Amino acid sequence: MNFKLKIWRQKNGATKGKFEDYPLNDVSPEMSFLQMLDYLNEQLIAKGEETVHFEHDCREGICGSCGLYINGRPHGPLRNTTTCELHMREFEDGSTIVIEPWRSKAFPIIKDLVVDRSSFEEVMLAGGFVNINTGTAQDANTIPINKKISDRAFDAAVCIGCGACVAACKNSSAMLFVSAKVSQYAMLPQGKVEAAERVERMVEKMDEMGFGYCSNTYACEYDCPKGISVEFIAQMNREFFSSKVCSPKK
Amino acid sequence: MIKLDSKIPQGPLADKWNNYKSSLRLVSPANKKKLDIIVVGSGLSGASSASTLGELGYNVKVFCFQDSPRRAHSVAAQGGINAAKNYKNDGDSVYRLFYDMIKGGDFRAREANVYRAAEVSNLVIDQFAAMGVPFARDYGGALETRSFGGVQVSRTFYAKGQTGQQCLLGTYSSLSRQIAKGTVKMYSRRDMLDLVMIDGKARGIITRNLLTGEIERHSAHAVVLATGGYGTVFYLSTLALGSNSSAAWAAHKKGALFANPSFIQIHPTSIPVLNDYQSKLTLMSESLRNDGRVWVPKKKADKRPPNEIPEDERDYYLERRYPAFGNLVPRDVASRAAKERCDAGYGVGDTGLSVYLDFKDAINKQGEKTIEDKYGNLFEMYLKITGINPYKEPMRIYPAGHYTMGGLWVDYNLMTTIPGLYSVGESNFSDHGANRLGASSLMQCSGDGYFILPYTIGDYLADEIRTPRFSTDTPEFEKAEKEVKDRISKVMAVNGTKSATSFHKRLGKILWDHCGMVRSEEGLKKGIAMLNDLEDEFWKEIKVPGTADEYNQELEKALRVADFFEVGRLMCQDALDRKESCGAHFREEFQTEQGEAQRNDAGYAHVSAYEYAGNQQTPVLHKEPLVFENVELKERSYK
Repeated sequence: MNFKLKIWRQKNGATKGKFEDYPLNDVSPEMSFLQMLDYLNEQLIAKGEETVHFEHDCREGICGSCGLYINGRPHGPLRNTTTCELHMREFEDGSTIVIEPWRSKAFPIIKDLVVDRSSFEEVMLAGGFVNINTGTAQDANTIPINKKISDRAFDAAVCIGCGACVAACKNSSAMLFVSAKVSQYAMLPQGKVEAAERVERMVEKMDEMGFGYCSNTYACEYDCPKGISVEFIAQMNREFFSSKVCSPKK
Repeated sequence: MIKLDSKIPQGPLADKWNNYKSSLRLVSPANKKKLDIIVVGSGLSGASSASTLGELGYNVKVFCFQDSPRRAHSVAAQGGINAAKNYKNDGDSVYRLFYDMIKGGDFRAREANVYRAAEVSNLVIDQFAAMGVPFARDYGGALETRSFGGVQVSRTFYAKGQTGQQCLLGTYSSLSRQIAKGTVKMYSRRDMLDLVMIDGKARGIITRNLLTGEIERHSAHAVVLATGGYGTVFYLSTLALGSNSSAAWAAHKKGALFANPSFIQIHPTSIPVLNDYQSKLTLMSESLRNDGRVWVPKKKADKRPPNEIPEDERDYYLERRYPAFGNLVPRDVASRAAKERCDAGYGVGDTGLSVYLDFKDAINKQGEKTIEDKYGNLFEMYLKITGINPYKEPMRIYPAGHYTMGGLWVDYNLMTTIPGLYSVGESNFSDHGANRLGASSLMQCSGDGYFILPYTIGDYLADEIRTPRFSTDTPEFEKAEKEVKDRISKVMAVNGTKSATSFHKRLGKILWDHCGMVRSEEGLKKGIAMLNDLEDEFWKEIKVPGTADEYNQELEKALRVADFFEVGRLMCQDALDRKESCGAHFREEFQTEQGEAQRNDAGYAHVSAYEYAGNQQTPVLHKEPLVFENVELKERSYK
């Protein structure tokens, strides 16, 4: 297969970036998208040129490192698929593929296709945990948890922190990411204890980091590679509301 | 002269850890604040160590090469985590878990360490449940378990096929909590490039800031390496592409002995190599062997699609060869059996280098919904990569490099041969002998970090309370920094024509062919010679575009590959020296008439620990005899 790649190149955060064109021939349909970029980079090295920088690590859709804006969609055309799991057989031979980094003020560009997602870290530090020290746990079966609730908490917990939800959103909202963590803990007895404080702190930090508000377009759910549902956003809103009006600490 | 002292406590096996724990010296809360600890690596073992040490009151600094600790490769562990809870009432116990691990490791691990790992496994499950890790549950709300290879009880806790992700995110949450509290400071996007020693003790590290290229110095009273395994030495492996051995290797060069380097687990159920551009192999969890049946056609080079091959023309070779354990034999046995069938010409797929893993019977018996509940995400992953639907057609699988049982030698305290340098999780060698049982790596990593290291490191630091926090402005830091900078300049200066990846691929191929699933004296010697040549070529031909003082992913790769030559050679060296077959180490010359591994307990019931003697020099071998007081050494039979 042959492609015309249009890739965003930017030396660093201080310089201006631009699209560069790279024709790429003899691509195998079995290649993953990142292997296709490896293949391009090998050719650039042979010419003594600087490689296209992109983030990746596990290459099996679980670490959340990779994330490219491909033909106007985070992680490309397939639903429930990370960039590393996408294969070239999904693209039309001879077509142009536009590759950009995540576009959001809260994710500044570091180099080429690599962005800084430390704003996500900051939100997690604000409350993405249960306050328990090592060694203080009781036997794991002491607290039974209804299977449906536990499964539901798992559905929220599968977030890989890639940032596709923010990239997909026209407001750069991080509601899906934050709500997944808030909901996971709010549903489980272990996390319920601090649910009210947690949601307040995480939402406050989310706003502080420059993420936008949610206007219910559901683009985040559509482009989330782990299929996390916007119902968790509703749940977070409920948690937030009840923390404001009926939390016993008020 | 290095003398190996394992420091195994006296007394009965079951009491060792409890008694020893009570005898360890403590550091008072006021003094803990004055002590700095560096933790390198933020996976399950690093994050659990760091958060617990932070809770205790130490000043902790954590380093990782990713942008966030949540991306460490523990995240990719799929199947589960073992614990001897006996929730299934099927006769499990700490002793049984211990015994399964010792036997699974083919009697090449230390009894005391393994027993302790089994002992703390129960605490680990309690800890995770309390942190809100959503493990699978039954309809009564209790935790669910499943079976794994090499055992006959059901002791593996899981969260679908994403147990590693859920456990890692659990430890990440406890780490985040300490970062927020200020007891832990996080340094992401850093590669550790050297260890700094002062007066014979580990006192700091040199790192490269991957975004700016700046070389940085960090000092501490103790250093903990939680840097994972070196499986990416094969290039194609189930590991993350960034996983590397450079930090552990830097410590090795400074005097930390490297133990059992040739013990590398080849995982039996990976998606096979599909093309020449492949950059990694994706694992299909061992848990699939609970319900999947492994087979090849009875006819050689049978090219019919699998669904057209009738039942009586299929060879369920694991069930045939190992009736007692069937498809659930340990990983090393399953891997070799697959290789044996493929080498004999029965393999399937275009390359003939794969076997079928078939769920037809399980789906017929349990229904598609049940199978989807258990393995949904794995089936989806398989479909995405291969374009084949495993609900309709059997998966094709083949063994792939996976986990390194070998690693830095540590004593019972998890301290390496360098005072003040600790190693936890996969980066040490201690718990899995010559073969690791499934679902025991998450268990060991979190056990080390949450419940072992925080106790033992206190005993060392009790002597350090009078050592004031020290500056990095010393000749030792100066020298280490200069060495790192010189090495970087040397790589940059070559300015050849070949990429780091191209060398890594060739290096991996040499090791896969000569130090992979089956080894021989001739092959290993040839492998070493080829590695030497390739390394020489690397230093003449490597090309790193860009500069060293900026974000440069090619430079990161080149530095890691440069170390892999040495790691690979040590693997071959060790495989050559170990004239027996045990666990994952299979020497062609040493096998039974049925083709099973033939151990030599009289000659090789020891840990081989190597001392660095310079590049391309023969390392010095030290032996730690393994004493078995509680188990009888037997042929490891799964028939």
